[in-house]
Amino acid sequence: METKLTTDINEIKFEIEKLNLYYGSFQALKEIDMTIYGNKITALIGPSGCGKSTFLRTLNRMNDLIQGVTIDGTIQFDEQDIYGTGYDIIELRKKVGMVFQKPNPFPKTIYENVVYGPKIHGEKDRSKLDHIVERTLKEVALWEEVKDRLHKPALGLSGGQQQRLCIARCLAVEPEVILMDEPTSALDPVATSKIEGLLEELAEKYTIVIVTHNMQQAGRVSDFTSFFLNGKVIETDKTEVIFSNPANKKTEDYITGRFG
Amino acid sequence: MKTYEKVIEKIIMISAVMSTISVALITVFIFQSGLPVLAEYGVLDFIFGTTWSPTNGSYGILPLIAGTLAVTLGALVIGIPTGIACAIFLSEILPKKWAKAFKSAIELLAGIPSVVYGFFGLVVIVPAIRNYVLPIYQIFDPDISATGFSILAGAVILAIMILPTIVSISENSITAVPREFKEASLALGANKMETIVKVLIPAASSGILSSIILGMGRAIGETMAVLLITGNMAKVPGSIMDPVATLTGTIAMEMGYASPTHQQALFAVGIILFVIIMLLNIIAQFSMRGLGGKTN
Repeated sequence: METKLTTDINEIKFEIEKLNLYYGSFQALKEIDMTIYGNKITALIGPSGCGKSTFLRTLNRMNDLIQGVTIDGTIQFDEQDIYGTGYDIIELRKKVGMVFQKPNPFPKTIYENVVYGPKIHGEKDRSKLDHIVERTLKEVALWEEVKDRLHKPALGLSGGQQQRLCIARCLAVEPEVILMDEPTSALDPVATSKIEGLLEELAEKYTIVIVTHNMQQAGRVSDFTSFFLNGKVIETDKTEVIFSNPANKKTEDYITGRFG
Repeated sequence: MKTYEKVIEKIIMISAVMSTISVALITVFIFQSGLPVLAEYGVLDFIFGTTWSPTNGSYGILPLIAGTLAVTLGALVIGIPTGIACAIFLSEILPKKWAKAFKSAIELLAGIPSVVYGFFGLVVIVPAIRNYVLPIYQIFDPDISATGFSILAGAVILAIMILPTIVSISENSITAVPREFKEASLALGANKMETIVKVLIPAASSGILSSIILGMGRAIGETMAVLLITGNMAKVPGSIMDPVATLTGTIAMEMGYASPTHQQALFAVGIILFVIIMLLNIIAQFSMRGLGGKTN
């Protein structure tokens, strides 16, 4: 596991230019330009249906699963166009992991959930897999709670534990970026605060892009915030700027709760 | 309004009671007719006796059980891989609109009368086995002779007959696997095949298992098609080219001319069948329940 020491703000992970996305004839994303910096937490906020989740899913090409989606524009990840011909989606998804809104552990044991990714990518050495399980579960602060029942069904865990397990499963593949699609919206406040606490630690090693409905959450955890409205990015800036002194009136209205 | 509802309620209740009573009566009748022979002949002698020769008073149904099991197992060996592969193809690979058309076509197979399957087997499968499979067999065993009426013929036809059961229940249970599992797997960098094999099939396994058990029940109970093509020799078979008689086929063929004791013996065969199929249904129901518990 190499550690990334640089927290240089100039390290760019994703460079998105003029991104348009259509579901059939409906345009869900309009002319999106955005830069996502390495080892930072970028929050995507905006009202329901504004395209933030759709945008998140373009970053690891999960929208490919939906029939009738067309995309133009470019998304560069580590300076390569991920929608370019011949780009390896499997490699992309190894480097860009995802945590979903609803905790979705496989109906397998806790252990098997964590090692799923590494096994798929060819890791067979039992002791290495054991090590991965311990490391990732410690990273998500779940180890102490589950170390005695690693071989019990993951579905027996609480919602918050399941979500942390899903994050561990994602970390086991050693991604560079973690995409999180409202990861705490299905959880209670205690579980939510545990995951938020985790985000800060994870940001030391990983780049995180998080979609959230919860503005306080965006304010608490993120370095950058991007405000989406009707498929467009209205404004992207450092979180403290967005929340204290937004450039756009619409952002201010949304932040102060005048709509949304 | 009130009386109207009460009348409807009564009619529905009577229908429900009727069907339950029919099942109960049939059960009682079969057991009543068959049990005397079982008691007189001895259950173990009946089940494990190797000679079925009713005219000589020998009622050992081991050859019939062996025939039924051989044909059924053969059908499962051919039908399970085909059926599950087909279910995967329909649920995960083929685009939705095509899958619908294909699925209805496969379900149509269930609507074909079994005697038609038997006839098809008689004019296509049996000669094909005699002309194409037998020569291959003769390379290894030059002395073998066979007419084509065989376990193999029965297995092939039964495999086709149980496909609709296996395909449609398996397809439903694979489709019912929550989309989140699939997304989670793909997002970890698994490809489509890995996702199907390592996540979807295990998550759908109890539904798939039920489909197999129900298919097996259908295969064991099938009479007409098997009767026409397996050759009906009540002998414990030595190879898949041998003719066999099945439990159901024997009842159907011999009931017409059976003497009273013989008839009772046939009812006793019915009891054995009844018990086997009931056990299978119970197992299927349990594994179905497992499906609910697993994915929720």
